[in-house]
Amino acid sequence: MSTRLEKPIFEYSVPGRGAEDQWPRDPGPAATDDLPATLRRSTRPLLPEVSELEAVRHFTRLSQLNFSIDTHFYPLGSCTMKYNPKACNSFAMLPEFLARHPLSPESVGQGFLACLYELQEMLKAVTGMQAVALSPMAGAQGEFAGVAMIRAYHRARGDLERNEIIVPEAAHGTNPATATMCGCVVREVPVNAEGDVDLEALKTVVGPKTAGIMLTNPSTLGVFERRIEEVARTVHAAGGLLYYDGANLNAILGKVRPGDMGFDVIHVNLHKTFSTPHGGGGPGAGPVGVSARLAPFLPVPIVGRRGEQYCWLTERDLPQSIGRLSGFMGNAGVLLRAYVYMRLLGREGMARVSEYATLNANYLLAQLTRAGFDAAYPSRRASHELIITLKRQAKELGVTAMDFAKRLLDHGMHAPTTYFPLLVPECLLIEPTETESKAALDAFVAAMAEILAEAAQEPERLTSAPHTMPVRRLDDVRAAKQLDLTWKPTVAHAIPTTA
Amino acid sequence: MAFIPHTREDVESMLAAIGVERIERLFDEIPASLRLAGLAGVPEAMNEMEVGRLMTERARLDGRPLCFIGAGAYEHHIPAAVWAIATRGEFYSAYTPYQAEASQGTLQLLYEYQTMMASLTGMEVSNASLYDGASAVGEACLMAVRANRRSRSRRILVPTTVHPHYRATARAVAGNQGLVFEELPYCTEEGCIPAGALERYDGQDITALVIQQPNFFGRLEDVDALCDWARARNILVVAVVNPTSLALLTPPGQWGAKGADIAVGDGQPLGVPLSSGGPYFGFMTARMEHVRQLPGRIVGRTLDAAGRPGFTLTLQAREQHIRRAKATSNICTNQGLLVTAAAVYLSLMGPVGLERVAAASHARARELVDALTRVPGVRRLLRGPVFHEAVIGLDRPVAPVLQKMTARGILAGLDLAEHYPELGPALLVCATETKTTADIERYASALAECLREARAA
Repeated sequence: MSTRLEKPIFEYSVPGRGAEDQWPRDPGPAATDDLPATLRRSTRPLLPEVSELEAVRHFTRLSQLNFSIDTHFYPLGSCTMKYNPKACNSFAMLPEFLARHPLSPESVGQGFLACLYELQEMLKAVTGMQAVALSPMAGAQGEFAGVAMIRAYHRARGDLERNEIIVPEAAHGTNPATATMCGCVVREVPVNAEGDVDLEALKTVVGPKTAGIMLTNPSTLGVFERRIEEVARTVHAAGGLLYYDGANLNAILGKVRPGDMGFDVIHVNLHKTFSTPHGGGGPGAGPVGVSARLAPFLPVPIVGRRGEQYCWLTERDLPQSIGRLSGFMGNAGVLLRAYVYMRLLGREGMARVSEYATLNANYLLAQLTRAGFDAAYPSRRASHELIITLKRQAKELGVTAMDFAKRLLDHGMHAPTTYFPLLVPECLLIEPTETESKAALDAFVAAMAEILAEAAQEPERLTSAPHTMPVRRLDDVRAAKQLDLTWKPTVAHAIPTTA
Repeated sequence: MAFIPHTREDVESMLAAIGVERIERLFDEIPASLRLAGLAGVPEAMNEMEVGRLMTERARLDGRPLCFIGAGAYEHHIPAAVWAIATRGEFYSAYTPYQAEASQGTLQLLYEYQTMMASLTGMEVSNASLYDGASAVGEACLMAVRANRRSRSRRILVPTTVHPHYRATARAVAGNQGLVFEELPYCTEEGCIPAGALERYDGQDITALVIQQPNFFGRLEDVDALCDWARARNILVVAVVNPTSLALLTPPGQWGAKGADIAVGDGQPLGVPLSSGGPYFGFMTARMEHVRQLPGRIVGRTLDAAGRPGFTLTLQAREQHIRRAKATSNICTNQGLLVTAAAVYLSLMGPVGLERVAAASHARARELVDALTRVPGVRRLLRGPVFHEAVIGLDRPVAPVLQKMTARGILAGLDLAEHYPELGPALLVCATETKTTADIERYASALAECLREARAA
């Protein structure tokens, strides 16, 4: 990683320079003489005028200011930052796949459609659901599809009063936000001291207005919801449905299936469990799987098969569908990457994912406990991730979870997720994933132990961390109060805005 | 073991540290009755060489026909540098820049992208992306409802000239929150919204008007008049635009006297391959007064503890991880990597190159329409100014002709029968700078042949 700051690309810009080799030949003014003058642009957009090398060097230097899985241990809890195999990218970027227009006829795309169809089948197998739609473009859109289907199901039965979605207090923020987007009201249910949903409280919350419950299992607290069957019975008995947030599917892949736990609908984060890249904030993909009773409501398009031919199923085939969630077929290229990954793992590789992810998390939990850290749920097994609480250190030493997170950066390790779930004070949510070696985990434990020792002797090294990054701690309050969201030309870098 | 680095010795010492004898014991909190016996539905593993062979065969099956379909996804030249940069591990395998100090590269790139998109659309602020153009329209309508405090109706006027898939997506994304989408009919002769079409809404409570420019048919709407009508009545204007076209056409921020309020669209033309529909990215820009209603991530420049400039995610109080049920949207993961590609693309094109792409594409489309309308049985429909896309009419049903063309390795355009049957046998065709005169001649002569055969049959 570089620590050399890079100036904004606009400050390299010189009028008249450009990567001309990349431009089409100038067709001359006659080419556009049919466009009415009143609809023509009169000002020039603020785009850089740089050579190809200047652009390549600028963006390469920017890349060197990032931590990434390829360069650093990245134990960001709930995000499953595992190795993204290079083959998944290479095969999804074969020229024919890249060139295929989304509105091409089905006859031109049997290869692509075959991959998607088989991906649907494999996702059905690993989730235990009856039908799958691949189009949701991220976990949150998968959640949206799921809750929208739950609503559509109740409405189709004439059950119009059910507009409450129950979420545990430790749920991901997307869960309540999704419920709102679907026009539902959120009811929160507490969890008990051991991290399980408080069943007695749940029983008082469910009723004739319950549309459903959204659960992650293992939960956001990093533990398996042991009484899941009773939760399912309780919600179903009240007439509600169960939604499974697939954020933590990596923990149980090949071991237990949401469909068998009693869930009616699930979304899978392909960018977590099935190792498609996170890309600095996407693209993801959030396919949804459903039980038979929700299948008519799936979002379109879906890939079907007629005889030997693969085809699209649309609103015509699913008249009760919740509709279309993207312009074409969701994040198709992400789906291809997940397909390649699943074929590489195969049947035998699926369970290995959860086994080694869980082994790594429990090993970290054991070693961190030995190093003097407090587990948030010491009586429980860790799932694929674990939570430690720095409440004691915060009180005794005056250092926070954020300080630990920032100091870890100085050790060349990305910080775990901090302050989520909020329920656990001063928490670090740590997810090592199965692709990390014992040596990488040992180095993390050693770094944490070193920081803990430092916290006792020299706490200001933590509170003023990071020290070795390209920038020091950033002023978020200033960022929000004195908004600077776009680069503005200064006298020194004046860029002509008229053509 | 695929992607798992553990040796047997590693496993043994780790299990000993945990205090269990087998990995299986770590799953003992899962009720035994739920445990899965096997995964019959998943095939056995293949190695990379075998998967490579499979994928190459599948790709070959799809081939590379000569494509004249546009309709919201456009084939443009993509400089090699774009994806060489975007697939660098430091961009490709990083996540949302929550730890700003270790993510300055992604953050600064997003800030530069926001600058470029805001300027291209003539707006003041941009977010860091949404999923795609279609879902961005839905998010823009929800945003308009939040931003337009003078309107209570949640009524959104959407012309039929807006991409049919965008309209369907907006309904699916925003319909559950009580938004009412009212279709605004178009002139079937001209292919755009007639000047008087809005009069019957005078005096009614309307929250927002959606305007697509160029519209689905490639036709240019009278955006100044439409925008002025809406803004004079406190109706928010949501512009849906093709980013390439903005090198030539008035940006939404300058429509009419006051400009549009929100601009959205699909960023795919900016360095993103067609790839069967995705991943693309949706962009959204707006006037500063609406900044707190924007959905999604926004990057701001600030100072670090040493007083040096640096970048961070900002205005996070709008977002789901802080506001939960009261957030502006549930969006979390967006389309960061595609924005990376677009920032590189726009830097290589610059203002001059992007204008060349737009002008060259437009020139090819004119050449295409000229060549096709010389074919007997083909005429131009929806006359009037277009941008790089147009509707042509055939003297017989389109579907069988398209089938014959596909068999000749040419994707001749999009049949409008499903969404616009009132136009009769009509075909939406598109050309970009990637097409040559020879490609266009090949299309025209194949079409003449297919129509001749059809007449003879």
